[in-house]
Amino acid sequence: MCATCGFGGGDVMIGAVHPHGEIVHAHDHHDHDHHHHHDDAPPARTVSLEQDILAKNRLLAERNRGWFAGREVFAVNLMSSPGAGKTSILERTMRELGDTLPISVLEGDQATSADAERIRATGASVVQINTGTGCHLDAHMVAHGVERLAPPRNSVLLIENVGNLVCPALFDLGEQARVVVVSVTEGDDKPLKYPHMFRACDTLLINKIDLLPYVRFDVERCVAHAHEVNPGFRVMLLSAETGEEMQSWYGFLSARETTLAGAAS
Amino acid sequence: MHEMSIATAIVDACAERAAGVRVLRVRIEVGQLAAILTDSLRFCFDICAQGTTVEGAELEILEIPGQGACEDCGRTTALAMPFGRCACGGFARIVAGEELRVKNMELA
Repeated sequence: MCATCGFGGGDVMIGAVHPHGEIVHAHDHHDHDHHHHHDDAPPARTVSLEQDILAKNRLLAERNRGWFAGREVFAVNLMSSPGAGKTSILERTMRELGDTLPISVLEGDQATSADAERIRATGASVVQINTGTGCHLDAHMVAHGVERLAPPRNSVLLIENVGNLVCPALFDLGEQARVVVVSVTEGDDKPLKYPHMFRACDTLLINKIDLLPYVRFDVERCVAHAHEVNPGFRVMLLSAETGEEMQSWYGFLSARETTLAGAAS
Repeated sequence: MHEMSIATAIVDACAERAAGVRVLRVRIEVGQLAAILTDSLRFCFDICAQGTTVEGAELEILEIPGQGACEDCGRTTALAMPFGRCACGGFARIVAGEELRVKNMELA
């Protein structure tokens, strides 16, 4: 465990190297046996904690947020189910916007650096975070990922979360915008089925619109469901495959407008 | 399975405060809109507690029902999902049910 920030992710790898290398933390309390003998122990006493369970993550997220603000880095957390097209959106974004807007990428996956390699092929600066068995990124992984990535001042940082519509919703990373991607090959009822995620986000990208003629996906219904869960949702339709309608997404990134006012709990 | 992260955070918070003393019982509040499966959380808690002073402690979960306040008329309404509408048609803003707190613990 990281003694400074309480990092407990034993199998987390950042940039294919454990964030703490071979540093041994002498006070990892999980490795100790505490044998305390209280022969004349008093009866059980109650200790009040009144502590937010996610407090540590929130604190680290705020630290990240401050770091991003200080360097004028606009951090965007991209979430979706596996296969909705997050990486493809990033690839096209890097190719078409990378020359005019400095963008770097943090890639989160349980395993492999396949996505980071796809992004690197576009010429972008990228660091892969492998969460091992973990189902989401947290603020601490992002802090260490950013340490390695060192995004330039006045730039955009795209954080691709682990493909999962449940768990990442709970973990603030310190980002300024939270984007959920749904593709038209999924059900248009996704916002109702995964309301926690759709509530936590402020922007919805509906991807693969080039496939609309071939699938039973009702865009209006999906948007209506999304607005039922989150009335303030900003919605954009696009196709990372063909490049259709990417302009509003590029406009959003270029404007770097913080949209998270009270969107997440 | 984010319950594993949540369980780890609970065990860490308790072990830190207990400072070597054995923990017998941990009381937490979990809102019904907090996206936590309590069975899964109990399972993860027992695993995370192993080898710490929290090992064997009983996890007492106080579940808080979801409640929203109408943004139009202000009336409160029960929520089974993290969104919903008031009888008047207005959107309900969640006012309870998202809790995720360690309340207290009993030490030996």
